[in-house]
Amino acid sequence: MMELTPEQQRLRTAFREFADAHIVPHANAWDQAEAMPAEMVRQLAAVGYLGAVLPVDRGGAGFNMVEFGLLNEELGRGCSSIRSLLTVHSMVALAISRWGREEKKSQWLEKLGQGKAIGAFALTEPEAGSDARQIMTQAVASGDDFLLTGHKKWITFAQMADLFLVFAKSVRGPCAFLLERNTPGLVISPMHGMLGTRASMMAELRLEECRVRKQDMIGAAGFGLSHVASSALDCGRYSVAWGSVGIAQACLEACVRYAGRRKQFGALLRDHQLVQRMIAQMVVEVKAARLLCHHAGQLKDAGDPASMIETSIAKYFACTTAAKIARDAVQIHGANGCSSEYPVERFYRDAKIMEIIEGSNEIQEITIAQSACQEVVESAAIAK
Amino acid sequence: MEQSKEKLRAFLARHIAGRTITDEDQIFASGFVNSMFAMQLVLFLEKNFKIAIGNEDLELKNFQSINAMAELIERKTVNSQNGSN
Repeated sequence: MMELTPEQQRLRTAFREFADAHIVPHANAWDQAEAMPAEMVRQLAAVGYLGAVLPVDRGGAGFNMVEFGLLNEELGRGCSSIRSLLTVHSMVALAISRWGREEKKSQWLEKLGQGKAIGAFALTEPEAGSDARQIMTQAVASGDDFLLTGHKKWITFAQMADLFLVFAKSVRGPCAFLLERNTPGLVISPMHGMLGTRASMMAELRLEECRVRKQDMIGAAGFGLSHVASSALDCGRYSVAWGSVGIAQACLEACVRYAGRRKQFGALLRDHQLVQRMIAQMVVEVKAARLLCHHAGQLKDAGDPASMIETSIAKYFACTTAAKIARDAVQIHGANGCSSEYPVERFYRDAKIMEIIEGSNEIQEITIAQSACQEVVESAAIAK
Repeated sequence: MEQSKEKLRAFLARHIAGRTITDEDQIFASGFVNSMFAMQLVLFLEKNFKIAIGNEDLELKNFQSINAMAELIERKTVNSQNGSN
């Protein structure tokens, strides 16, 4: 691993201990209940982790992006659903911090940082997933206000959120608005039966002329997707990348434990060479994914524009790696791996989700390939 | 301002796949840039010119061409020196 500072090492230990004490023992039960207890969210707030990306003077923990990444890995190692709360909540907090007016920052950041309000990111619609430009939700001016009407789907932690960052089309282009849960016209319908991250309190939102003030717009009209959503999704991608490392690490640890006690053909699984090969590949791939995430985090902390493409690369590698490792983890566990008595079947389902959210594998491949082609053209131009 | 433009030209060259653009060309209307480019451009401006791009700067006229961005940089830098960035 790239060098961690003493403070980062201390934080990583604290994150790991928190996950082991408060998350790992309960994650399977949350998954089966398809619900996240409010008490767990309160515990996360109490240790300041919901304010991870916000500065201390705004009520946050003031972590840098490498530290935020380490937190995502440890929460993701325990439970991808609780890690997904950190993801979407941080995306909303960062969007307000980066693009909100001072009035909105004063109103919301401290509450979000301290977990007194929970944020959710409402971009996706039934007909607009990877192609976000196709959102149909409308923002229609009404005096000094806007009326929001539309349908959002698969909104993580919407069942619990107090504040939504809603994306809508206006006559001046895409916009982002803060919408409070108690706004008349907003109907929140829980979603169940998802493949993975089943405790992520997912819901559909139906908005019928929900009235928001002009001051509730985050960023400017026309910049909702290009700047507000783009910067928030970059944070989300980074969070999911590290969370995927957490899933992969959890699989590795589960396999090492299981292979050290399960005997077949008179020998422990860990002494069978084909099992050793899978474990060896897990070790190498987890380290590689973590290095890519760490590199992206360092670039983010430096404010480097290359951090965005490096985040895509890290996310693509980490989530495809997690999916492969989770598949092998189930394989090593055999029939036990297909049972909810063991966590690897949950890791397997959750890992699949990582390949879809915050930019599917295919979107990352297009983005990474385009970037590579640009670099090659540039290199060729310089060589001339 | 010419130094700023030189840096901007070099950055843009990496994102428009070898095409030639002039200082007046409308970058976002060109169709050469992808969805990630707008935020990469913000990060580039902030890191290389030590300015902070905020909500108040989100107007297309500030980012539409090399000339427009050079003017934004100069304006933000002067404001920063006057303590009102």
